[in-house]
Amino acid sequence: MTATLLDIRKLSVDIARGRRALRVVNDVSLTVEPGEAVGLVGESGSGKSMTAFAVMNLFPSPLARVAAGQVVLNGQDLTSLPADALRRVRGAQVGMVFQDPTSYLDPLMPVGRQIAEPLRAHGRTDGIDARVLELLDLMELPQAVAVARKYPHELSGGMRQRILIAAALAMKPALLIADEPTTALDVTVQAGILKLLTKLRRELQLGILLITHDLAVVAETCQRVNVMYAGQIIEADAVGPLFKAPRHPYTQGLLASILSPASRAHSLFSIPGGVPIAGQWPSGCRFHPRCPIARPGVCDVLAPELVARGSGADRCHLGGEAVAADAWRTEARSGTRP
Amino acid sequence: MNDATSDVMTDARVPLLEARAVSRLFPVRGSGGLFRAKQMQRAVDQVSVAIHPGEVLALVGESGSGKTTLGRMLLGLTAPSEGAVLYKGQDIAARAGDAARTFRREVQVVFQDTGGSLNPRRPIGQSVALPLRHNLGLDERTSMREVDALLDQVGLPPAHFRSRLPHELSGGQRQRVGIARALASKPSVIIADEPVSALDVSVRAQILKLMFELHREKQLAYLFITHDLGVVRAMADRVMVMHQGRVVETGAADTVLNTPAHAYTRQLLAATPVPDPSRQQR
Repeated sequence: MTATLLDIRKLSVDIARGRRALRVVNDVSLTVEPGEAVGLVGESGSGKSMTAFAVMNLFPSPLARVAAGQVVLNGQDLTSLPADALRRVRGAQVGMVFQDPTSYLDPLMPVGRQIAEPLRAHGRTDGIDARVLELLDLMELPQAVAVARKYPHELSGGMRQRILIAAALAMKPALLIADEPTTALDVTVQAGILKLLTKLRRELQLGILLITHDLAVVAETCQRVNVMYAGQIIEADAVGPLFKAPRHPYTQGLLASILSPASRAHSLFSIPGGVPIAGQWPSGCRFHPRCPIARPGVCDVLAPELVARGSGADRCHLGGEAVAADAWRTEARSGTRP
Repeated sequence: MNDATSDVMTDARVPLLEARAVSRLFPVRGSGGLFRAKQMQRAVDQVSVAIHPGEVLALVGESGSGKTTLGRMLLGLTAPSEGAVLYKGQDIAARAGDAARTFRREVQVVFQDTGGSLNPRRPIGQSVALPLRHNLGLDERTSMREVDALLDQVGLPPAHFRSRLPHELSGGQRQRVGIARALASKPSVIIADEPVSALDVSVRAQILKLMFELHREKQLAYLFITHDLGVVRAMADRVMVMHQGRVVETGAADTVLNTPAHAYTRQLLAATPVPDPSRQQR
């Protein structure tokens, strides 16, 4: 057994809002092992991206900060590192790619030089060109020499994302954080990028934290998955059991909303209501206002803990009960569905 | 159907909206010079399509396949370089005055980018009221009443939402506003360009369900432009697959998706992710 690559322990993230702080990530723990892809799934506003930014303390706003918890990478706590030490970790031990490849590339610089930037930034001076070509090969971009000289606008969206993955992996980091890396891409291009990520994971023993709202993408790529709702992890498990027998009603609802070959417009499933806004979390279980099996006096009052069950864990008061095994069907039978 | 639309007979066999062998050529950037002709690229190449009253047609293809350009031509936003677009049998380029207004009113659009297609400084009630005033000529009081009815119809309680600004709404809520605005003109056909692809999976189903109910209630015809085959299966009667500016396959949605004839259609089907981890190659 190898040592855990990334160990996020009880992480909380606050956004300063006047005197008050808005807690957008609450007590999140998760791990990524070397050579493993772990999914972090949630809807907009669930806190999944904020969790990812917290790993490298690279928040999009200066108002956000890690309020509690630890981010341990290869045994080293990143949250206690001074800024210059953290800068040596970013890009060298952790790479990151984002949803919109275009806005992360400099339109006026050939892509080869952009792949080389992390190498230069971390003080490498020789063998840079060779490394860039090697990376372009690894990304399965044909005619590496020609591609390296091109500008971003000369490449397709899928190729641009490959360039960014190449740049993220230039320093051979052990961990890649990918935040919705395929959301802006066509399905066929998405399939190619997901396949590439799997290849890199296997060949480089790369650990991947994949952030997405699409459970189908997780099923294709990841070994384990964490589902976030309203700033908390509400279910975590290996992909096999989670997709076969999800225990939290929210996970069940998310899975049921995926359009399948059997989906027809008149019978489409959707979870009623919407994701609560940060800072206006409901009392008790944060999902209870939308939950079909919420038990009055329990779910609306007591905040559930993340309880280990089977190979995973879930944050549901009724997680161990039969009624939670198929929350939405149970409810349809009793005829209370809105 | 609206009485103002009776300029041409409304027969189910006459397509509502039709493109006849349309092409659209764009100059290739960087080509040509002072004495050299520009090279032209055919974004859409000799495509014919017909949308019948009350029908849901899906137009599938990847970015660059020409599906959005075709949609723009059907909306009259881009003129075809070759061929013609007909609304109720009449060339839209030849329509003038009232006939042109009828076309613009009855053929509406819903866009993908819910943020960019609404004026950020205008309360959403006003955004929905605009087509009522312009296209239907309603006065302010009547139009505000109608706005409330429309917001209600798309599942946004008017008292709560009428005076909100777009940035205060979620993506799904903004798309509901986009649909309400399109409905305001009492259209016969709505062209929806990737209406749900920017939305969370859980919100997609809500919007599709809403669009389907409107289609059933109002006999609305839709053209769904999408690369999501799940959307096609759930919504469409017929599907047309575009690749590199041409239609490579067309037919009943179930037939095309169950027995795809063209290699590109098969590729699209194979690329669609499935929520089944056992398919992962170990």
